[in-house]
Amino acid sequence: MTSLPADWLEKDRRRLRVEGSAVSDRIYEILTAGCAIVIPALVIAIAVAIFAAAWPAFSRVGLSIVTSSDWDVANGHFGAAPAVFGTLVSSAVALIIATPLALGVAIFLSEFSPAWLRQPVGFLVDLLAAIPSVVYGLWGIFVLNPLLREDVMPFLRDTLHLGATPFFRGPAYGPSMLSAGLILAIMALPYISAVSREVLMAVPRSQREAALALGATRWEMIRDAVIPFAKSGIIGGIMLGLGRALGETMAVTMVIGNRLEISASLFAPGYTMASLIANEFSEATNDLHLSALMAVGAILFVITLVVNGVARWLVWSVSRGRAK
Amino acid sequence: MRALKLAALVLLGVACAKENANNSSTASSTASSTGGVDLTGAGATFPYPIYSKWFSDYATRTGVKINYQSIGSGGGIRQLSEQTVDFGASDSPMSDDEMSKAKGGPIIHIPTVLGAVVITYNVPGLSSPLKLTSKAIADVFSGKITKWSDTRITSLNPGVTLPATDILVVHRSDGSGTTYIFTDYLSKTVGTWNTSVGKGKEVKWPVGLGAKGNEGVAGQVKQTPGAIGYVELAYAKQNNLPTAAIQNKAGKLILPSVAAVTAAAAGAAGTLPANTDYRISIVDAPGADSYPISSFTWILAYQHQRDQIKGKKLVDFLNWALTDGEAEASALDYAPLPTDMVSRVKTRVAAIDFNTAK
Repeated sequence: MTSLPADWLEKDRRRLRVEGSAVSDRIYEILTAGCAIVIPALVIAIAVAIFAAAWPAFSRVGLSIVTSSDWDVANGHFGAAPAVFGTLVSSAVALIIATPLALGVAIFLSEFSPAWLRQPVGFLVDLLAAIPSVVYGLWGIFVLNPLLREDVMPFLRDTLHLGATPFFRGPAYGPSMLSAGLILAIMALPYISAVSREVLMAVPRSQREAALALGATRWEMIRDAVIPFAKSGIIGGIMLGLGRALGETMAVTMVIGNRLEISASLFAPGYTMASLIANEFSEATNDLHLSALMAVGAILFVITLVVNGVARWLVWSVSRGRAK
Repeated sequence: MRALKLAALVLLGVACAKENANNSSTASSTASSTGGVDLTGAGATFPYPIYSKWFSDYATRTGVKINYQSIGSGGGIRQLSEQTVDFGASDSPMSDDEMSKAKGGPIIHIPTVLGAVVITYNVPGLSSPLKLTSKAIADVFSGKITKWSDTRITSLNPGVTLPATDILVVHRSDGSGTTYIFTDYLSKTVGTWNTSVGKGKEVKWPVGLGAKGNEGVAGQVKQTPGAIGYVELAYAKQNNLPTAAIQNKAGKLILPSVAAVTAAAAGAAGTLPANTDYRISIVDAPGADSYPISSFTWILAYQHQRDQIKGKKLVDFLNWALTDGEAEASALDYAPLPTDMVSRVKTRVAAIDFNTAK
């Protein structure tokens, strides 16, 4: 791109505005402003509606909805702590598994892959995002869970002796926090890898050439020149994957075992907030029960907001750090 | 950077669209489409196969089109209370509290067919049906019995060797009429269950895994040696699941079947007062051949119909369903109402008035 002096551009734009149709400009401005207002308004409206519906439960059970583990609809106890725990843990497990894999795929495709392989592999990885979550759930029930129960869990627990730690203890049933984390990892992976791949490819050629000219090996070039440059984008991709994991409902419900209990072991069944709502909403008739489910939704909303906020902050602080 | 932003936006868009698709499946069903439809109803998913057959047969015979949304009993009750549908359907009777909140006045419960809950299990090497009592079932589902070789199970199954392996309890994770019937049975027959767990569409299970839907429970039980769970009779029959024989009130071991469920209704009918509103549970019904974990499923309608034409159509349909419809039930593995009960239920249908409506 040839660069023009800034003042020239400004002059040119002013000239265009005078000569062009001022009316159509105005209409265009109003239309885009309308779009810009409607979408944030929608987010606020949804938040208000959820919190209003959740208010009866918040005022009745208070903070114990996130601190208590006693969810007993018949007796009017609504403590969703295990679901909050499950949402956070399953998403964390998913990121721990998905991030290195996704970064590996992205780095291979952007740095090492022969050109003919780049397109098909990238396409297939992206395709993971297009599979409906209920299909992942079915695969989880019929393939992943039996595999975990028969092979993976006994291997981790007995062969690797990880059963000595509290995280891989207990009977292997299949449906478990581990199973949910694995499913979520597969679902979050394409988001992380697609964004990372794009950012890595966007790193300027000059950056790489400079590193190589200084005598860096290929790996040193990637580690010291490419990845630092793409860091903020990669973090953005990871947060996008986390957002996907936090809100995923159907597939998790089908594999997590739906047990409202906090357990350190990844072999134990768990529950997530999204699953709790999906499971109980359709048959909830009692007003307080409905409101409590709305409250769980509100908490999930807040957690998602916080995660997005943290992501923004991370991206911002990383890119500022680079500017220095 | 531009390409990245674009990619992120596209991905976000995909994610949003997916979320919306997930959510709108429940939301959009609340909107009642009236184009060419004469009656709309909403509610229980359990009787949906038989109801949809009824509605399609009724439409070919009379031209009256009925649109039914199987969104769950809870949704059916809510929508009927808000008067957004012409009738509701539920697997558990409405409580007095729910009845009092209905905006259209008193609601009549019309039992249509019967369902039952069966115990299914995966015990390797067991060829004859497992035999259980309500006490043994309650002990297993509350975690008091943890091994198949427990004497409280083996004493009920003489001549059979049961393995000394752990029992894995599988229950429904979603709110369900099936869970209601099952826990209603245990509450009624086992005092300690009533005081500890109680009954409801979702309860606080002391042990076990939660699986979504009949298919989820059945799938988990099938896959896991040592598992036990409960599913609908129709589902179990269509999938040839192993089912346990359960001791009924008369002390006889009964295998679940359509006939045994109808027998339970007949047994319960004998004890009903003449003016019953049919908001009754028939678990642990008397009668030598009664299957003990049985229940009605109901169509709910306002006694005072707002719309004369719709009211008449609804009453005509209910009368047809109770006569011709009942005959189709057993082919789909639903138990029909006992014949002498049908005429009594019809007098309840006759109590629906639409002539005073505008």
